[in-house]
Amino acid sequence: MSASTVYDPSGFEIPASHKRFLRWTIYIGYGALIAGIFHGLANALSYANINILPYFPRLRGYYQGLTAHGVANVLVFTFAFSNGFLPLMTARALSRQLVSSLVYACFALLAIGNVLVVYAIVTNQASVLYTSYAPLQAHWTYYVGLVFIVLSTWAALLNMLIVLRRWRRDHIGERVPLLAFISVVAYVMWFLASLPIAVEFIGFLIPWSLGAYGGLVDPLLTRTLFWFTGHAIVYAWLLPAYVSWYALVPRQAGGLLVSDALTRTVFILFLILSIPTGFHHQYTDPGIPEGMKAVHGVLTFGVFFPSLATAFSVVAALEIGARRRGGRGVIRWIAKLPWNDPSVTAQMLAMAVFVFGGITGLINASFTMNQIIHNTTWVPGHFHMTVGTAVALTFVGVAYWMIPYLTGRALWSRKLALASSWIYTIGVLIFARGMISAGLEGMPRRLFRVQATYTNPDWRLGGVLTGIGGTLMFIGLALFFVVIGMTILRGKKGEQPKDIPVSRTLLAPSLSGWDRHLDRIGLWVLVTVALIAIAYGPFFASYLPARMISPGFRLY
Amino acid sequence: MKIETYEKAYLWLGGLTLLACLVVLLYSSVAMDIHLPGRAGEVDPKLLASTPPFDQPGVRQVGPNKYEAVLIGRAWSFNPPEIRVPVGAEVTFIGTSQDVIHGFFIEGTRVNIMLIPGQIATATHTFREPGEYTVICHEYCGIGHHTMFGKVIAE
Repeated sequence: MSASTVYDPSGFEIPASHKRFLRWTIYIGYGALIAGIFHGLANALSYANINILPYFPRLRGYYQGLTAHGVANVLVFTFAFSNGFLPLMTARALSRQLVSSLVYACFALLAIGNVLVVYAIVTNQASVLYTSYAPLQAHWTYYVGLVFIVLSTWAALLNMLIVLRRWRRDHIGERVPLLAFISVVAYVMWFLASLPIAVEFIGFLIPWSLGAYGGLVDPLLTRTLFWFTGHAIVYAWLLPAYVSWYALVPRQAGGLLVSDALTRTVFILFLILSIPTGFHHQYTDPGIPEGMKAVHGVLTFGVFFPSLATAFSVVAALEIGARRRGGRGVIRWIAKLPWNDPSVTAQMLAMAVFVFGGITGLINASFTMNQIIHNTTWVPGHFHMTVGTAVALTFVGVAYWMIPYLTGRALWSRKLALASSWIYTIGVLIFARGMISAGLEGMPRRLFRVQATYTNPDWRLGGVLTGIGGTLMFIGLALFFVVIGMTILRGKKGEQPKDIPVSRTLLAPSLSGWDRHLDRIGLWVLVTVALIAIAYGPFFASYLPARMISPGFRLY
Repeated sequence: MKIETYEKAYLWLGGLTLLACLVVLLYSSVAMDIHLPGRAGEVDPKLLASTPPFDQPGVRQVGPNKYEAVLIGRAWSFNPPEIRVPVGAEVTFIGTSQDVIHGFFIEGTRVNIMLIPGQIATATHTFREPGEYTVICHEYCGIGHHTMFGKVIAE
């Protein structure tokens, strides 16, 4: 028995005013990403001992640029995109209008946050990297700006929750349409995950940067609060990509989503397991007992499981589509996938690269091996294949139908769009090969290698590959911006997709049985909070009160 | 909840593989005695000059073939910049930071710890090969971060 992932597959129109603001919310992310990739290029080339920073009009400092690269690419771009994408998916899935004031508020909060953060970074008052480790201190506008960006995500979630609640009131006893369910769960997880960083910024860093607490801060506590949010944040970036892989890509590839219940289970597992894993970023930190780190290590292996399930599900959905198009054989069907569709191609390449991202992630989580690679270029090698490709290239693929859908203009050049994704993918594989191999030889991340006073001949090959791969990644994304820019300005009016790609499921949701309880998000939030208390409670109980011992330093 | 047969088999296989990786990991930690830094005490970063052992950074013998190397990270150097230890001796590095967060990573070894103001970090290592090992600060610590390094000489 099959069913649709949305309530009304025959069509529902999103009002033009909402489309406009959702579009502009996403454009803020694109603006950030354009700035971010120039510094990505500069960073990658610096590992090949080439310095292009003196040619930049502004932001010529290496660590200033690295701060801009991190903040723009993983904080602004990802959340701007999700702030547009997830509410759109929820509204369409439930065939319900979003709350207008919250659509506008989300845009406004994001815009204000960006103005503040850009001011702080451009004036070189916040070269502390996106990790913001105290006692390196930034100007207060940097911290307040980042809080506004988080508030914009809360506005987007509130909007989705209100729409979901209204829908439920009118549909008592019905299962929540799958696309809406997974979109809401993605941001519910992020909301819970964002609370520790809210405490860090609002409770400690902002008052400290304004001179409160005698100008003192606790370095270990603030760092721990950062990573309390900081691992779950990677799933906040990833889950919107999973929403597309599960609920949209099957339709785009002519296939079916395999299992409704398993998809819901996967998202609930991410809700429960994403957050209590942060200590695996702090394996080499003093002040956190080894046993507590081991608990987080085991849970990190646990959160790998729903990703394994995803790998089966999305490949099965693609295979159904390929076989319907005449695909045969054990692997020959792959040739029958829609490789001429830039939206699907980008996302399939994202999935393929994610295999390597996942495996290197397991190695990071293995604490015996972590000591070899912690803070080496291995780590950015890993995460450019996860957030840098699995997430970013999926968002690129989604944009290839969503920007036409939101603007009412057809995609400008299919060929250039396809080329963009392939060039980027080849680039990231070369880049990651370089960073990972040099990382195994001990090349540190976050290092201005051009001016470093030490080096190692074993880093040469890895450094050169990093530079070559990074250049290809830059070209790939530059082409993406050409395609999107020309679509917005020159795309043919009226030839855009009229609806989102709505998938159907092979195994429909059941109306009886235990999996109905998957829809009770509140219940699963309680389970999540309980597990977080078990994983983080002992640390805080044995550590608090805060040690306010460090004055702020501005060493940049 | 109905799950397709192939999917069920795949999930079991994947789950058991993860479990096997985890068992190997825990075994390697116990059997090969690979440990992470834990709680090794606290120190006020403003009072390092008068707080033992940080009032006297350097190497000292603490037992037969056992040494301690006390070090402080600061922007942008290690104190002492050079640590000399005997080959084959068990060396415990005891470090902290006097300003911002630094890293202490000895190339080619598993000595990889964060130096966090207020916290005492420890790592133990035995150098089997004589030679000069570069010590790298691998945490961003300001505009001169890429000039912060030191040496361990095993002889």
